[in-house]
Amino acid sequence: MAENDIQLMAHLMRRAGFGASYEELERRAAKGYEETVEELLHPEDQPDVTMDVMRRYMHGWRDMNSVMSNQAYWTYRMVNSSRQLEEKLCLLWHGIFCVGDSKCMAANQILIQLNNFRKDGMGSFENLLMGLSKDPAMLYYLDNQLSHKEAVNENWGRELLELFSMGVGMDEHPNYSEDDVKSCAEAFTGWTIGNAIPRYPYGRYNNSFLYNQYDHSDENKTFLGESGNFNGDDIVKIIAKQPATARFIARHLYNYFVADEPQVPAWQTTPPRDPEAIRILENAYFDSGYEIRSMLRILFNSDFFKNARFTKVKSPAEVVIGTLRLRGDFTYPKPRIYDPALEIRYMGQDLLNPPTVEGWHTGKEWIDSGTLVERVNYTSGEMGDIDSPGIRSIIDRIAEKGDSISAEELLNGCLEMLGGYSLTEETRELLLDNAGKDGGISTKSDDFGELVGQTLQLIVSTQEYQFT
Amino acid sequence: MTSTKQDPVLVVLQLSGGNDILNTLVPYNDPLYIDNRPNVRIPTDQVIPINDKLGFNPNMAPLKPLWDDGKMAIVQGVGYPNPNRSHFRSMDIWHTCEPDKIAEEGWLGRAIRDLDPNKENVLTGVNFGRGLPRALAAPGVPVASVGSLETYGVLTSIEQEEKRSEALNIFSRMYSPTMGQGPVFDYLSQNGMDALTGADILATAPAKYSSSVEYGASSTSQYMRNIAQVHCAGLGTRILYTTAPYNSFDTHATQMTAHANLITDVSTMVTDFYADLKEHNASENVLLLVFTEFGRRVHDNGSGTDHGSGGAAFLFGDKVKGGLYGEYPSLEADKLLDGDLHFNNDFRGLYATILEDWLGLDAQPIVNGNFEKMDFIAK
Repeated sequence: MAENDIQLMAHLMRRAGFGASYEELERRAAKGYEETVEELLHPEDQPDVTMDVMRRYMHGWRDMNSVMSNQAYWTYRMVNSSRQLEEKLCLLWHGIFCVGDSKCMAANQILIQLNNFRKDGMGSFENLLMGLSKDPAMLYYLDNQLSHKEAVNENWGRELLELFSMGVGMDEHPNYSEDDVKSCAEAFTGWTIGNAIPRYPYGRYNNSFLYNQYDHSDENKTFLGESGNFNGDDIVKIIAKQPATARFIARHLYNYFVADEPQVPAWQTTPPRDPEAIRILENAYFDSGYEIRSMLRILFNSDFFKNARFTKVKSPAEVVIGTLRLRGDFTYPKPRIYDPALEIRYMGQDLLNPPTVEGWHTGKEWIDSGTLVERVNYTSGEMGDIDSPGIRSIIDRIAEKGDSISAEELLNGCLEMLGGYSLTEETRELLLDNAGKDGGISTKSDDFGELVGQTLQLIVSTQEYQFT
Repeated sequence: MTSTKQDPVLVVLQLSGGNDILNTLVPYNDPLYIDNRPNVRIPTDQVIPINDKLGFNPNMAPLKPLWDDGKMAIVQGVGYPNPNRSHFRSMDIWHTCEPDKIAEEGWLGRAIRDLDPNKENVLTGVNFGRGLPRALAAPGVPVASVGSLETYGVLTSIEQEEKRSEALNIFSRMYSPTMGQGPVFDYLSQNGMDALTGADILATAPAKYSSSVEYGASSTSQYMRNIAQVHCAGLGTRILYTTAPYNSFDTHATQMTAHANLITDVSTMVTDFYADLKEHNASENVLLLVFTEFGRRVHDNGSGTDHGSGGAAFLFGDKVKGGLYGEYPSLEADKLLDGDLHFNNDFRGLYATILEDWLGLDAQPIVNGNFEKMDFIAK
């Protein structure tokens, strides 16, 4: 099939998932683009990750109490799940609806939240918000269990509006006032956490949501221009129907799947780089009854998505998981899954523990001289391991071109196998020089694998490779 | 312009989350303090008085000698018009000196640019921690961001010396400036080059350092130690920055225990840092600024305090004229600003003082305006 189909599929799989090997791309391109999008949008039709064998080796994964276990577990899922979009969306929601283990200190509780993102992440946004309002990890993180009728704590009420639904403003206008924040917080008084079964002697149990009517402010409130004796679910319903919510979610989906936008605090005053695309997504939000799946279907099938090649800087998760999937690593229980999980953290993305409720600064802000060094060091190290199954098959595929190939063919082969990257003229020259300094390259020689490995190491160290 | 060992150096310790000034510098005799803080109050008998109205939080005891020696200045009631109570927004405002719009250039990024306009030293500014705070960000200004001083380096995963050397050679050519690839690409190129240069120089710092001071175990304490190491190594670094773990000062709940621990940690690390510099005879040209993005509400919420305004900043150094600057904001209801402590001086004046009187730079273009300076630097 056409080169373009494979490159388009590489683009889709990098964005809607964590990338794929060349063989997988060929299979999917043969199946068809729209069909693949549908498959991604219906994770329930794919088998889940088989965990029983992994649990036999990873004893700590029985209880999932620690953040380390969770990071390793999530890394394993992202590498191996055939429900790639489900995992990618889980990561998106986690980066928006932030809780941090540094405060919660109950990673098992955060996992419940993540599993809800997996289950409900493509459904109604109103439903997602409702679930979030009753999530013990979230209530605890934003102190709502300490928000009382007589002493309202505004933390949850504020962040729900500022970060989880509408944002501070749109088109240079504020979306809500300090009074709205106060009313919102009042409406959620009494939304608290029930005690868990005590830890001893059987281990940690989870908390549950508890509505305490005696601690709820049972009064008239004015919120976003409407008045009534609002409770939390009324607030969520009002929020879900706001144009500001449609805009905020559309921008988040665009920023995550299509192209890097400025950071969220700038959204009040900075218009979207593609207002038409945002409008299309906003319409999809309302037309579908706030359904994320419908918005994504339109997004992935649109030209604005298909044409947006390499318009995003890879997140740490994409760097690490993408590398592992290319290498064909950790597809079975193997020691040291914690190492790549830690790498994601070192590159600036501490899963289950974003730095603040604002989440991670994404796009170009993933990069500074420190994290760039982490990325380059990690990926070049991984690509140097030519015995890993994924690299082996890249080497074999390129060797199929002939007994003797040119430096061009070697370089182009590597770029193709990695997913269709292209390099600047200057960089190409440097790498061609390095590969072909000894004339025609014999694919049968013992050194061929090493040469491919070296070329791959150099490619993943380039600026170009930081993009997806 | 090469830096000599005696060029003035600024160290900044950021307390993220909004430090509660009422429980740090305590108005222990004010009946309004007692009324407004039924649950979150420092008992009068625990306060360390510094005059008949104000006293330190008891966990600041390690800092008392510095105060008594006149090496510690406190700028009270510092803020800006229309205080913003969002962490991110308020911290951004402190970082960029732009209360009214989103800006991307940080005051220290600009300062570094002015200190080293020809980029002779990629280590003019160094941040310790993950990611780069916006305060240090400015287009074209390299700032090393060091997560771990001991292991900082490029392509360290290529183990073979010769291969690594070859790869580094190619890397440096790939990352040298190219035209027309767009701002993000250029940004990557710049970071790559700077990383290469900076890494080689920074690698020398730990080896040059030995000290009798034992810092605390917290990550920020260790970063303060790294700052001392880099300063003592004489690499020409002029701006050093680190952050107390993200939002740790955001004490909405259980403030009495949380805040006590935080104040203890910060007081100890500042004392250790200062002692360390003194041991190395390297304190004379160092000014330490400790700041936070806002104060907290006058009335507690039952177990903690919510976001407020009108906080305080602290300065430490041999050349600091110790004492109180600005005014302690009044707790009287009609003197509050939207229910919170009213600032009485602008943080940009604080910055201007540091930029002009300490670093010898022109403050106006950096802080976007003319703001009243204070007199806490000894001439």
